[in-house]
Amino acid sequence: MCGGTVNYISHLKCRQCARTYEIEPIAACEECWAPLEVIYDYDRIRSEVPRESLESRARTMWRYRELLPLDQEPWVGRSTGFTPLLPAPRLAKALGAREIYLKNDAVNYPTLSFKDRVVAVALGKAREFGFDTVGCSSTGNLANSLAAQAAAGGFKTFIFVPADLEPEKLVNTRIYGATLIKVRGNYDQVNRLCSEISQKYSWGIINVNLRSYYSEGSKTFGYEIAEQLGWRLPQNIVVPMAGGSLITKIHKAFGELQKLGWVESAATKFFGAQATGCSPITTAVKQKTCEITPQKPNTVVKSLAIGNPADGFYAAKLILESGGAGEDVSDAEVVDGIRLLAETEGLFAETAGGVTVAVARKLLRLGRLNPAESIVLAITGNGLKTVGAVSGELGASEAIRPRLADFEEQYLNVHAAASV
Amino acid sequence: MPITIRIPPPLRKYTDGADIVEATARDLGELFEGLDQKFPGIKKVLCAEDGTPQRFLNIYVNEEDIRFLGGVQYNFQDGDEVLLIPAIAGGTAVEATKFLQDGYR
Repeated sequence: MCGGTVNYISHLKCRQCARTYEIEPIAACEECWAPLEVIYDYDRIRSEVPRESLESRARTMWRYRELLPLDQEPWVGRSTGFTPLLPAPRLAKALGAREIYLKNDAVNYPTLSFKDRVVAVALGKAREFGFDTVGCSSTGNLANSLAAQAAAGGFKTFIFVPADLEPEKLVNTRIYGATLIKVRGNYDQVNRLCSEISQKYSWGIINVNLRSYYSEGSKTFGYEIAEQLGWRLPQNIVVPMAGGSLITKIHKAFGELQKLGWVESAATKFFGAQATGCSPITTAVKQKTCEITPQKPNTVVKSLAIGNPADGFYAAKLILESGGAGEDVSDAEVVDGIRLLAETEGLFAETAGGVTVAVARKLLRLGRLNPAESIVLAITGNGLKTVGAVSGELGASEAIRPRLADFEEQYLNVHAAASV
Repeated sequence: MPITIRIPPPLRKYTDGADIVEATARDLGELFEGLDQKFPGIKKVLCAEDGTPQRFLNIYVNEEDIRFLGGVQYNFQDGDEVLLIPAIAGGTAVEATKFLQDGYR
């Protein structure tokens, strides 16, 4: 159980013009189109919810329920979150850094990516608003998570994806019975179609009209990092960016924890990671601007292939203001990053994880990341979902006969002794 | 150039509820001016004072993001279809409330 249903949500507030709105299924300001942010009554939380009260709660994302926008008990995903924060000494040594941690959402429940967090919140809110049909546009991980959790929650589901998605992500969506619509086009075109659909049909499109609530789920990734570090904030964090939402929500989470006095104030530097073939946010950051110029994605990293990122402006802004940096890497470097993480720490991440590791390596080499400080790498999805990106790199492995001599000759380079 | 503009729900309060309107314009600047003459007040939600489109409003011409076509420099062609889509779309408070009251549950 997740405890009582006291909620601390106050209202929605436009991030740009500060106009406020009631708690409704809307995501953008009517005046300036900017995203709406959920605002909580932090004074009440501070006085009514001591940090120590969390200790007895279940180890799931719902231990931070006062900072999530549900009025009622979660409808799905009750076991989601509280994934491991792993010290990564062998990776740190390989990269020449002192203290690296991996926040490992490759083992998130139920579908092995950080999207399980946002879907759990979005479907709870969809239920509260009375939607019986939900949907999303997705680059894959969101599709998987929505399909699974909507099945568990009893929703009708329409999921829109680019037609060229990895086969693993298509299977991992269809198996749950969701209606999967493959669209001939890139994610940005899929998303535009979804926006049109959301304007016509009264559905809960979780990353469109429920986006204000949905994206709040990402904050739990940040709360967990702080708690798992012993209620302190890391000095640096490297986050992969697609639409740019996750990095802004980790930033919001760290800010809330400081506001509540649950952690000491600290100035975490935020580093955004993209693939060079789709790098609208890091390109802006390198030019010291927040204004995003859209791109046409061309990269093996399909989960990050958003050329017109909805939260790109705010992602670029917070990176620049935090004193961090944005960097991008080639597809070859992504594969190297996946292999390095797997071979040093035994963690098989999807392509986005390869981006994060490769960008961290590049930033350390460039002197942008301080190797003497603590660094958290956000691992957001599981390598089993993007096997095709690396399988060709591993080379063919020939079978041997079931003979000791064959094994020794081929794998130990030992010439078999003459038979007696 | 005669073009067609598809109006998203949050803007239909300016267009008397119309979801498609016709206009004649050579470029975005003329389009914004022309729409504002027909539907007073609409310009300020479409663009900033310097005429650049609002940051969180995506404008498509025949399904292509206008920024890939030259943005404010793009010259409309006869029969272009212009789509105005909020970067984060999805109804308005009024409409959302309405369908809940209408018994969507």
